[in-house]
Amino acid sequence: MPDPITIPDARIDREVDARGSFCPGPLMELIRVVRAAPVGSVLSVLSSDPGSAKDIPAWIQKAGYEFLGAYALEGYTRFVMRKTH
Amino acid sequence: MANVIQRPTIAIVGGGVGGTVLANLLARQLDEDEARLVLIDQSGHHLYQPGWLYLPFNGQDPEHLERSERSLLRHRIDLYVSRVEQVDVETRSLRLADPTGVGPTERLHYDYLVFASGARIAPEEVPGLPEALAQGSAHQFYTQEGAERLRQALHAFHDGHIAVAIGGIPYKCPPAPLEFTFLLEAYLRKRGLRERTKLTYYSPLPRAFTIESVSELAAPLLAERGIESRIFFNVTEIDHQKRLLRSLEGEEDRYDLLVIVPPHRGALIAEQSGLADAQGWLPTDRATLEVKGQEGIFALGDVTDLPVSKSGSAAHFEAAVVAERLSAAIRMRTVNPREGCYDGRVMCFMETGYAQATRIEFDYEHPPVPPKPGWFYHLEKMLFNKAYWYLVPPARV
Repeated sequence: MPDPITIPDARIDREVDARGSFCPGPLMELIRVVRAAPVGSVLSVLSSDPGSAKDIPAWIQKAGYEFLGAYALEGYTRFVMRKTH
Repeated sequence: MANVIQRPTIAIVGGGVGGTVLANLLARQLDEDEARLVLIDQSGHHLYQPGWLYLPFNGQDPEHLERSERSLLRHRIDLYVSRVEQVDVETRSLRLADPTGVGPTERLHYDYLVFASGARIAPEEVPGLPEALAQGSAHQFYTQEGAERLRQALHAFHDGHIAVAIGGIPYKCPPAPLEFTFLLEAYLRKRGLRERTKLTYYSPLPRAFTIESVSELAAPLLAERGIESRIFFNVTEIDHQKRLLRSLEGEEDRYDLLVIVPPHRGALIAEQSGLADAQGWLPTDRATLEVKGQEGIFALGDVTDLPVSKSGSAAHFEAAVVAERLSAAIRMRTVNPREGCYDGRVMCFMETGYAQATRIEFDYEHPPVPPKPGWFYHLEKMLFNKAYWYLVPPARV
């Protein structure tokens, strides 16, 4: 198992690299990981799709999970959330 | 003959699009004394799965969707019709079940291994779905038998609410549920049932389809045909007695007939190999298609964890990449980076009903720009459905 990645305030339990994903898309990849993860997990997705900035936080809010932030990196963004229920 | 005896064995698990194209490409690229080519398929039948989309609407003769795998492979490829029971990475061997189920198992040594073992549907992952499928209130078109049962259910349908929903992510052929919805709407209208049917498409996303440009094309079509589109609806549970759909986002809806994309998992053998993640997908390098951390083991098609469509088209393009990498390894030459790196390319059609379709083509770097739906793309798809057997499995394209 790779070491958990640490970002400012959270330890990421599972990260999915969806850079370059148009179909199924970064949000679909995140939902896939969320479904399989235990409650309490901190999950993240890497996306190079500009649409994710709107879609991913909107879905996290709709599903009632905790959005921990979006971190801009070189040419992509890391979105982090906690599965709260 | 000494080098014939010592030639390395390339074992390919799975006789779908990816495995078949790869085996035939290798048979063409490598001489017989350079490598032994083995393909293991548990049924011995090659299925043209995209045809299942049309079965519920009587748009396809089921007999044209299946061929014997042997008939599609070049003679020098050894075909084992058997189930792989175990992959032993340490000794580089596969344990094959006796096809009759009564004889002893067989051990097959490999030097290179390719998982082209596909995905399987797992309805049991949605509580209530197996019961709803058995009851006949829910249907799916991800098996030939399921598509034929759905045809009977649609034939018997007269009015009410038809829900088309997605039961899990990822699933094969992302446009399929949307295509099904468009074809269903046209079918209901043709039968004079459209006015008596409420039709709802449930999308797990904030829009009708994952790709914004495709969604911009599909959403107005849904609206103008009176199909309700419910977004952010990820199915988690079905109450088959009350005929209710429930979502991860905390909503529920009643249906009369449910058409659902069942959750998918990687093939059982990938899961049992100990190399896959919890859902049976193999961690795969997005460019080289090697299974991560496993020298000489590759994966292609639906069984990978790559962020591309689970589709025959992706498997087809990936097969050429793996063929180049294996040929280079056998001949101990460097890989041609143009042919030996997968760029995420996928090409597919999306039916939009009324004998129209569009074409979706993209790769890791370039999002698709689908053209306005037209008869031309529908015709192209219909021709491809017929020409598939002559073009794809023999690796002519």
